[in-house]
Amino acid sequence: MTDYYRTIKEIIFALVIVFTFTTLVLLAAGAPPFEAYYHIFKGALGSWIRFSHVIKTWIPLTLCACGLLYTFRINLWNIGIEGQMMMGAVFTTACLRFGLESPVQPLFLWFSFAAGITGGAIWAFGAGFLKTKGGVNEIFAGLGLNFVAQGIILWLIFGPWKRPGVASMSGTEIFPHTMWLPHLTSIRLSPVGLGLVTLALVITALMLRYTRIGLYLKAIGNNPNAARIFGIKRAKYMLIAMLFAGGFAGLAGSLQVTGVYHRLLPAISSNYGYLALLVVMLANYNIWLAPFIAFFFACLNVGSIQLPMVLQLDSSLSGVIQGSLVLAALAVHAWRTFRKDNSHRGIE
Amino acid sequence: MKKIVLSIITLSLVFSIFFIFACTDTEPPEKTGNAFTFGLLMVGPYNDHGWSQAHYEGGKYVEKMVPRSKMIYIDKVNPADRAGVTIPQLVDDMVEKGATLIIANSDDMKDGTREAANQHPNVHFIHISGDDVLTGKGPKNLSNLMGKMEYGKMMAGFTAALTTKTGKIAYLGPLINEETRRLASSCYLGARYAWEKVLNKNAADLKFQVTWIGFWFNIPGVTADPTQVAQNFYNTGYDVVVSGIDTTEALVVAGQKRKEGKTVWAIPYDFEGACEGGSDVCLGVPYFNWGPSYVDMIKKSMAGTWKPEWIWLEPNWENINDLNTSAVGFAAGPAISSTTKQELDTFIKELGAGTLNLFTGPLQYQDGSIFLKAGENANDQQIWYMKQLLKGMGGQSSAK
Repeated sequence: MTDYYRTIKEIIFALVIVFTFTTLVLLAAGAPPFEAYYHIFKGALGSWIRFSHVIKTWIPLTLCACGLLYTFRINLWNIGIEGQMMMGAVFTTACLRFGLESPVQPLFLWFSFAAGITGGAIWAFGAGFLKTKGGVNEIFAGLGLNFVAQGIILWLIFGPWKRPGVASMSGTEIFPHTMWLPHLTSIRLSPVGLGLVTLALVITALMLRYTRIGLYLKAIGNNPNAARIFGIKRAKYMLIAMLFAGGFAGLAGSLQVTGVYHRLLPAISSNYGYLALLVVMLANYNIWLAPFIAFFFACLNVGSIQLPMVLQLDSSLSGVIQGSLVLAALAVHAWRTFRKDNSHRGIE
Repeated sequence: MKKIVLSIITLSLVFSIFFIFACTDTEPPEKTGNAFTFGLLMVGPYNDHGWSQAHYEGGKYVEKMVPRSKMIYIDKVNPADRAGVTIPQLVDDMVEKGATLIIANSDDMKDGTREAANQHPNVHFIHISGDDVLTGKGPKNLSNLMGKMEYGKMMAGFTAALTTKTGKIAYLGPLINEETRRLASSCYLGARYAWEKVLNKNAADLKFQVTWIGFWFNIPGVTADPTQVAQNFYNTGYDVVVSGIDTTEALVVAGQKRKEGKTVWAIPYDFEGACEGGSDVCLGVPYFNWGPSYVDMIKKSMAGTWKPEWIWLEPNWENINDLNTSAVGFAAGPAISSTTKQELDTFIKELGAGTLNLFTGPLQYQDGSIFLKAGENANDQQIWYMKQLLKGMGGQSSAK
């Protein structure tokens, strides 16, 4: 339990650093800092509709964060999560297009989730395979595959899946309403999306805490040599972790297509994969904190649009806040490790 | 187990705090004492010296002409600049801020605008350059507005053909769709007319090349880089580049080439003030003047006489550069020669009087199929939905 509170304490400490820093940045830019914070806050949570937009961002962010927990557990930097999300979106779109002719369109909506998970998992497997068999660092493999995934999306949008007579990066033809993720008009949210995220959180928590896979991932992550002595196959569990990460990212991509844009477009992943990396790091790889951090990031993302709209400021400020938050969190971690090391030495 | 319980408790606590907050703060639209608030969504920066700035100025014009009206705007609304931000999301926000009419200024926003219009049946929407009213896909609160830039592009092509020394004119195209096809084609028609009828040269000797970059402006890593495309044009003997994109790269590159000693020109697009900063190379700019049409539509919305319309406005032929009446104009640039200017004025007079119609057959599409039979005049819909570029033009007609 003390670990838990220490993390929270660290987050608060990091927050203080970050807000001091951003306030200075805002002052330097000649903008009223507290008004800016107020507008971000109100822009994200000022009404139910705004809140529903925050949740729409929170869903893919949390799904990606869930996936990343597996790979971070085994010490893999799955930066390819962005591409995995894109491929999830591509497979989903392919599945939906296939279903366009079919009389049972809504059925294909469900198939498309499976397709999205498969797409993401295949892409993650690619990076995992390069890592385990080819010895390619997963960061490079992942980044490379991100570019390939982006290339595939652009090619599909300009080529085989283009709108008739059009060559524009605006995306593919919009799907009919029957193939949109059903959402409740009264709350502007999709119960399916929320259900899937909750499921993902529960599954991830149980997997990591109570199953053999979770235990082995942790064992390899903490001490690969010891794990080898105990006969745990490192490569196998790395691939398993990648598959889970890719699957969840693919599902996030799926929901972007079916629930948000209703078509495939080049920016379908909206950088949520990269953002999720920051979320998980800031949460100190803790599954119970990740959804809250993701929620906070989603608020920043949605609320920051108020900056250009109301204060004529550049909205990239939210990026500054998010980036410096992670840097501050890492700094706090480093400081803690440093202090721990020193105190150990003191005892000796 | 303890952790799970604790988390669920915290989670529900946070949410309930929010619920209280959300319920108490029903937020009536911010009453600013304005009779009419309208929202403007711009695809590019509001100061891009091109497409988006022309809209921004149009909005400012409304604020000046319609008493107690107020604009709220957001620029750079495109997936590259604002990843994850959707049109319905922005519209929701603007409506909460009290907007009762929303202008969406990009073809790229077609789907999002339609979705938002369906969600807000009591708010009026103007989708610029779209055709949802024609196709019947849009709801009743959505109208389409566009200016007949075809004439502006004809004037640009006309000026380019009279200016070029090499007989090679380039068109820096954005993405390929019906709008861009008809605009590039109009430019070619103007150029060919000047080439054949004013200069008495053989149409086959005029080279007119279109290169598409893939979007309305440069998105690094996604579109072709318009700066490179323009450089490439000038390096391969094209001495006039007519821009069809939202931003001013062609003019900037032309200025650089001029400094290197090359005799080149450029014709930017969209915004009346686009020639600024390129005075030695700018032949002129065909531009949109959105203000008057915005005022018209907003007055209709205020008076309750709104109906879904598809509006495609001609220039005011009395004076195409009258900013209070004309939807489309052509501002001659500092680099245009006085003889060319005179010829252009005659050309504009003929177009305005209707004695000259460049969309008259025989005209063939690029692949040789017939667009207009001999003597046939194209109607609005034929021009709007052109399927290919015209014969004689180089470049792609649609995606490969």
